[in-house]
Amino acid sequence: MSTVLDHATGVPTGTPPQDSARATPARARRSSAISRHTHPMWFLVPAFAILFVFFFLPTVFNFVYAFTDWSGFKSQINPVGWDNFTDLAGSGTLYASLRITIGYAVLVAVFQNLFGFALAVLLERDTRLNHLVRVLFLIPVLMSALAVGYIFQALLKPEGALNGLLSALTGADVHTAWLGSTSWTIVVVAAIHAWKWMGLSMLIYLAGFKTIPVDLVEAAHIDGASPWRAFWCIRFPLLAPAVTFNVATALLGSMNGFDIVQATTAGGPARTTEILNIFIYRTFGQGLFAQATTMSLMLFLLVALLAFPVIRFLRKREEIL
Amino acid sequence: MTQPTYPARRPVRARRHEVSIWSRLRPPFVTVLAAVLIGVPLWLVVATAGKSQGEALTPNLSWPTDWQLGQNLADVWTQGDIPAAFLGSLLVMVPAVAGVLTLGSMAAWVLARRATRLNAVLYALAISGIVLPPAVVTIVLLLRQLGLAGSSLGMIGVYMGIYLSTVIFFVTGFIRTVPISLEEAARVDGARPAVVFIRIILPVLRPVLATATILICLYVWNDVFYSFFVVGGRLDTLPLNLFQVASAGLYLNNWHLIFAYIILMSLPLLIVLAVAQRKIISGITSGAVK
Repeated sequence: MSTVLDHATGVPTGTPPQDSARATPARARRSSAISRHTHPMWFLVPAFAILFVFFFLPTVFNFVYAFTDWSGFKSQINPVGWDNFTDLAGSGTLYASLRITIGYAVLVAVFQNLFGFALAVLLERDTRLNHLVRVLFLIPVLMSALAVGYIFQALLKPEGALNGLLSALTGADVHTAWLGSTSWTIVVVAAIHAWKWMGLSMLIYLAGFKTIPVDLVEAAHIDGASPWRAFWCIRFPLLAPAVTFNVATALLGSMNGFDIVQATTAGGPARTTEILNIFIYRTFGQGLFAQATTMSLMLFLLVALLAFPVIRFLRKREEIL
Repeated sequence: MTQPTYPARRPVRARRHEVSIWSRLRPPFVTVLAAVLIGVPLWLVVATAGKSQGEALTPNLSWPTDWQLGQNLADVWTQGDIPAAFLGSLLVMVPAVAGVLTLGSMAAWVLARRATRLNAVLYALAISGIVLPPAVVTIVLLLRQLGLAGSSLGMIGVYMGIYLSTVIFFVTGFIRTVPISLEEAARVDGARPAVVFIRIILPVLRPVLATATILICLYVWNDVFYSFFVVGGRLDTLPLNLFQVASAGLYLNNWHLIFAYIILMSLPLLIVLAVAQRKIISGITSGAVK
């Protein structure tokens, strides 16, 4: 299961990739066998050239151009100090966008894991029906997030299909504007995001269940544990690595989210679902490049500051178990 | 690895009864759940794509009075530039995925095998992109300075920069589980590093590269955010054209065309899923369980 942990964390822990090899007695022999002749460093060059030009350099630029007046309206770019930050903070946009992005990420992580976990429990047995249904729940994972957003926009219109269905079921006329509330729409959009990705979480949880040794659960049964207790006290804790992976990917995916929000609400109503990437897209379209860059930098810092502690916390919890 | 059943061991009769009710109720419950959660949204797409514009004004689940799915698909095929968009998507995805797999594996091999302090730092840098978001706005500026703005080459480079981390991470982890003796045998025969890599390492990497291919293809094929910044308006890709059709279509209330486009766009992926579901599922989860 170690791959999951590492992937989920992606934490540059600073440990050399082959740390375990150092401890072995064969170290001397190995280090002489592995050298710049057998594994030349030029193998790294193409990958790092691409990473440097297309990933690191733009990131460095982020730290530079956030302090300029770069825009689509003039050709010159001048340094302006902290102006972009104070403007965004002064208008309340900075705080609102950060709050909305974090709220959205947390909601998505909760929903996606609840849905995915419930599905995994429900579809755990390897029956023919379950196999088919698992594949059905993978369809949204493969579909474009933009398409998913449009589907739900149509589904959730005040006179749309969901209200029609609810009206038919309850007998009363239902006209809820699911995407029109300034306080609840963010929750609805997060649920849509979770709907798209719950099939992936389900697969990871199913894979996690399979790694749990059968005799462990059997032993609990022999000791007289109820199925309920055996589930929550034995199997659930052993799912910790899968939880780490799912929570981390859900958090990262939603903090970098764009498509679903753009296709359902485009940031509305009254900008209450305007996560950072929507703001970046909007201001970039308006030619306000420096503001877009500043927000892009904020997203970078937000992810860097939030993701690493969260992942560290989740992994610590795994170690205790 | 099926779940064990313990009918004989359960001491309490009542509980056994309870469990059997649930296990009998489970299949219909699963069916209804799938029908509501997946069936309803998908039916909405098909039904609306089969309606006339007037009937599709307020998309609902009713049966189209007059099926014109073929007509709508043909309309959107030309209006949405599907052939050009399909080619554009392929033109970007194939080189980007081939590139990240090749360059990523090369780097991962050396990073996994040579445990120097420098390599530890390089590895940490290389995989930082898994977590850290790319700087979309300044990438545009950089591409302009490089003369790659709006080109497919620039787009390929950006995707490679974003997804190299994933490949390096997956492959480095995998190579660490491959015994070094495999390479040593070839080296004793005097094979050069490039030959060892191509003949010995690459074939061993097949499963992990398959997983990476599935994931990265999925992301690149469906991406609209990064492509909007890099090639928006200059190059057709399927999601970008959907974005355009929908942005215009919502204004004109052309729901039937939007959903026809979604059907055409999703069809390749659905066919791949139907044909290779086992491989896809094991590919996605093999990153999780070894």
